[in-house]
Amino acid sequence: MGDVKLHGFWYSPFALRVKWALELKGIPYENIEEDRYNKSPELLEYNPVFKKVPVLVHAGKPICESMLIIEYIDELWPQNPLLPLHPYHKALARFWVNYSDENLSSGVRALFRSKDVEERKKNIEKLWEHFRVVEDHCFGKEEKLLGGDTINVVELAFGSIIKYVTVLEDMFEVEVLEAQKFPRLYSWFNNFKTEPIIAPNLPDQEKMLAFLKSLRARLLASS
Amino acid sequence: MAEQDKVILHGMWASPYAKRVELALNFKGIPYEYVEEDLRNKSELLLKYNPVHKKVPVLVHNGKAIAESMVILEYIDETWKDGPKLLPSDSYRRAQARFWSSFIQDQLMEASFLVVKTDGEAQQKAVEQVYEKLNVVEDGMKSYLAERNASTESNFGIVEIVFCALFGPYKAHEEVLGMKFIVPEKFPLLFSWLMAIVEVEAVKKATPPHEKTVGILQLFRQSALKSSAAA
Repeated sequence: MGDVKLHGFWYSPFALRVKWALELKGIPYENIEEDRYNKSPELLEYNPVFKKVPVLVHAGKPICESMLIIEYIDELWPQNPLLPLHPYHKALARFWVNYSDENLSSGVRALFRSKDVEERKKNIEKLWEHFRVVEDHCFGKEEKLLGGDTINVVELAFGSIIKYVTVLEDMFEVEVLEAQKFPRLYSWFNNFKTEPIIAPNLPDQEKMLAFLKSLRARLLASS
Repeated sequence: MAEQDKVILHGMWASPYAKRVELALNFKGIPYEYVEEDLRNKSELLLKYNPVHKKVPVLVHNGKAIAESMVILEYIDETWKDGPKLLPSDSYRRAQARFWSSFIQDQLMEASFLVVKTDGEAQQKAVEQVYEKLNVVEDGMKSYLAERNASTESNFGIVEIVFCALFGPYKAHEEVLGMKFIVPEKFPLLFSWLMAIVEVEAVKKATPPHEKTVGILQLFRQSALKSSAAA
């Protein structure tokens, strides 16, 4: 099948979802840890347009963008499908991954970069709006995209970004994913992180907290 | 999949996002009913079908609603399997097609709108931004198009659709803005590609009258300039 390499950062939620996808399908791969301050020449060659992680290299051919990588993996290694098989449910899955990428990820990024308590509060409220949409529209339907029988790509998307949120909760000492406000999303995530393949492949919370603290200090100092 | 299929597209005639779906349906020869939405007074149905974003386009297929133009294109390709394909069959080529469609969408849509909404120095800056991104696409399309296998891949797919929905109205852009986005001297490949794309039957069928497009572009530009002057 050709060898598989994953270029990523251990703390990146986007690399994490690809890692989960590979692990869930039992695909052997080489994990290549990149340094954001010193990216490898290979990474720059494989992703000349964005110079970002994750990049999957399969038999020497690079694929960029986490969702594109997961669709690619799902097509070539069909065991344990990550996308629903029916076109309509597949469309719903893609819709919600887009929602996560366009709204949750940018909301989390804004929260991470908040300079003071005021800004933080505003960004948490924005995130709550998005959590509200997910809570109200992504549960209780016949197509079980969250909490179904098998793990799917919507869960990988939400799971990876919410993991990041829990680290920010520790960093800012504030609750963002409140159980009372978002009972279904809260209980889904707390179950998801205990799933067999997911649990052993979560970045260490303390390690992430320490790293993100220093990253944030660096980013705010330079801005 | 023929007689009992009911396909409805909720769109807006000047929306490049809705245009993509029109182009796809036309190209695949899928009969559909078109519902023109007034974006200042959205229909009950639209709000019911797309409660999350409340936007066009929405495709309703036998009562089931799909939102987000790129999601709709993939759905169309997977559901109507006969005839020309919108995405390549090869998985690596599919990844490339999706990458470039995403790139055009994420890096060029807002950037081009900014050119329409500004003037003077701000517009100059906006134009430079667009040219910078177009350089990347010019480069990318060199290999993407060259590696296309004509026997397994159609020459009108999602990348063409996204590019065309944005830059297809080039005559209107030139008339209203007095400039071209796809400058032939700067982007020879993109220019010849665009000229071929606008001749495709599916595209001609979905092209509104020139004066109508000029009119709405003028309106859009004037109202943006007015509100930024007032700010």
